[in-house]
Amino acid sequence: MNIQMKSRISRRSLLAGAAVATVTAFSCLSAFAAETVKIGLIASLSGPSAKSGEAITRGLTIAIDEINAAGGLLGKQVELIRRDDEANPGKGLVAARELIQREKVAVLFGGLQTPVSLAIVPFMNQIKKPFMGPWAAGTPITKNGAKENYIFRVSAFDAMVDVALVDWAMKVHGAKKPGMMLINNPWGESNQKGLESAMKAKGLASAGIEKIEGSDVDVVPQLTRLKSNGADTIFMVANVGPSAQVMKSLERMGWDVPVVSHWGPAGGRFSELGGPRAKDVEMIQTFTFSGNDSPGAAEMMAKLKKRFPEIKSEADVTPAVGIANAYDGMHLSALAIKNAGSTDGPAVRNGFYAIKKHVGLIKTYVNPFSAEQHDGLGPEDLVFTRFIDGKIIPIK
Amino acid sequence: MLITSAIITGLGLGAMYGLLALGFHITYVVSNTVNFSQGSSMMLGAVLGYTFAVTLGWPLPIAILAALTICALFGLVVERFLVRPFADRGSNAWLMATVAGGIVLDNVVLFTFGKEPRNFPSPLATDAISIFGVGAYPLQLIIPVVGIAAAIVLSLVLKKTKYGKAMSAVVQKPEAAQLMGINTRFVIAAAFAISTVLAGVAGLLIAPLFNVSSGMGLVFGIKAFATAILGGITSAWGVVLAGMLYGLVEALTTAYLGSSYTQIIAFSMIIIVLFAMPNGLLGRASAQKV
Repeated sequence: MNIQMKSRISRRSLLAGAAVATVTAFSCLSAFAAETVKIGLIASLSGPSAKSGEAITRGLTIAIDEINAAGGLLGKQVELIRRDDEANPGKGLVAARELIQREKVAVLFGGLQTPVSLAIVPFMNQIKKPFMGPWAAGTPITKNGAKENYIFRVSAFDAMVDVALVDWAMKVHGAKKPGMMLINNPWGESNQKGLESAMKAKGLASAGIEKIEGSDVDVVPQLTRLKSNGADTIFMVANVGPSAQVMKSLERMGWDVPVVSHWGPAGGRFSELGGPRAKDVEMIQTFTFSGNDSPGAAEMMAKLKKRFPEIKSEADVTPAVGIANAYDGMHLSALAIKNAGSTDGPAVRNGFYAIKKHVGLIKTYVNPFSAEQHDGLGPEDLVFTRFIDGKIIPIK
Repeated sequence: MLITSAIITGLGLGAMYGLLALGFHITYVVSNTVNFSQGSSMMLGAVLGYTFAVTLGWPLPIAILAALTICALFGLVVERFLVRPFADRGSNAWLMATVAGGIVLDNVVLFTFGKEPRNFPSPLATDAISIFGVGAYPLQLIIPVVGIAAAIVLSLVLKKTKYGKAMSAVVQKPEAAQLMGINTRFVIAAAFAISTVLAGVAGLLIAPLFNVSSGMGLVFGIKAFATAILGGITSAWGVVLAGMLYGLVEALTTAYLGSSYTQIIAFSMIIIVLFAMPNGLLGRASAQKV
């Protein structure tokens, strides 16, 4: 009997002990989890767009290293948690739920693909957590019509780019009747609207709109139509492969027409793929390392080489926009969290609005965000460049 | 100028569809099966050609020979592992197996060759020559010649040579052919090897005009199958003719109506032609015993 009693007490003690140990362990884990401020990133980390995810990661990493070296945020270290969207909107949304609801990230960064960001935007506005877009240029990402908008961006966006392309074509080439070569997907459609609207505002006639497919070997028929309609400039919106086919076809036709482009050709091998005419493309960027005399650019390049030894030259960080946009976006997000004094979503959103001045890599931001303005960059921050020998060089 | 440029573009592209479609034709006439990884076989030819000639710096003829030899081996693998086990049991699962084989190959190449497209330099696609005032690369003119030559050779081989007659016998009466001492397994395997070599040739020809990447064959493979059906898959001349016709319709539609209408018109043409001629342009209805 006594032995049985002892045994029972002992089992109870064991159970109680286990319960206490479990609670303690969870408390310790929560305490550890609460020791960092988490920043989420959902971008393409595999597949053909993996380089974009790598660029954003590099920009965020350098900024987070700097923030942590200066004492972190809210007295805690900052931690980056990444998820691969595989360029798939559905997977991006699932990852966003996981990072917000389970990992409790304070700010979520997006990637290159507009459709993925557009899938995440309604969820972020509904759950009232800030989203920072460092690359995807779709206009409706920030201009999403939500009553309470939690979406911010430090990148170019289509409507702004299209105005800049039209202005540049008129100012530099005296364009009077441009034609469009647009990729046949939602990105091309978004820019078709933007370009039509920008051209209408300037009273420009159109020589036509031609669509290109990723599988088009030869786009001479499309270009011949534009040429016969009297096009004096080509606006090009397409990624590396189709843009290269446009330049090869122009070379074959012997048509020396100015090509003013969105930032699609800014992939690593455009100079090689586009043939001799590749260097003629005048393409928009928000930032370049080449030809950039600012001390910030040189300092950033040195930091990148030190942190990522595989980076040897500027050609290894092409295009630089993903790095620069993510770097500035991270520092602005840190300021917003500091202003908020917490990681509470609505407070951080107000924290973005309260940023007065920040000296960034791309520019000095002065009152960058307000309830009406969720895009940190404007037309004046765009740079026109050429892609020469693997480097993106600003046009002086 | 508009029409000349469209014809040059259309014939070049069309002949390439025709070459791929010839690959569908040859396996169909011998075994009543097709290799749906033809697009991937085309990509394999281009990727191997690039790797041997550009990355490894081999002389071009050796690089081409090596690339086409590996394409032939791929065809043998497709027949042995993705077609024969299913066809032998009277199953049509080879349809899905060859599609899956192509997807596997595309992804293996994605991991080994890399994600970025590459440029395949060629002296035949460097300096444009003028034809009726329109610039064209010599390679664009060579592709139709190769396509027509391949159709002639295949027709002659099938009709005039002992091997060709053996091939025809295999599809008409496989058991009888076997009893007559024809190695039917060898004949069918050889047909698959020829089909992937034709796709490899198409890949090597198109690579300097386009770019080389793991995903380059997908759309070409789909269009080539469409042209094989359009031409009548039992006729070598039919599939090459249909390839050229399809390429011309694509280029002329783009030139005269705009690129938004290209796929609508081109695929509508296929539906209309097949409605009027269910066996394709030059195809024959196969007699079936009931």
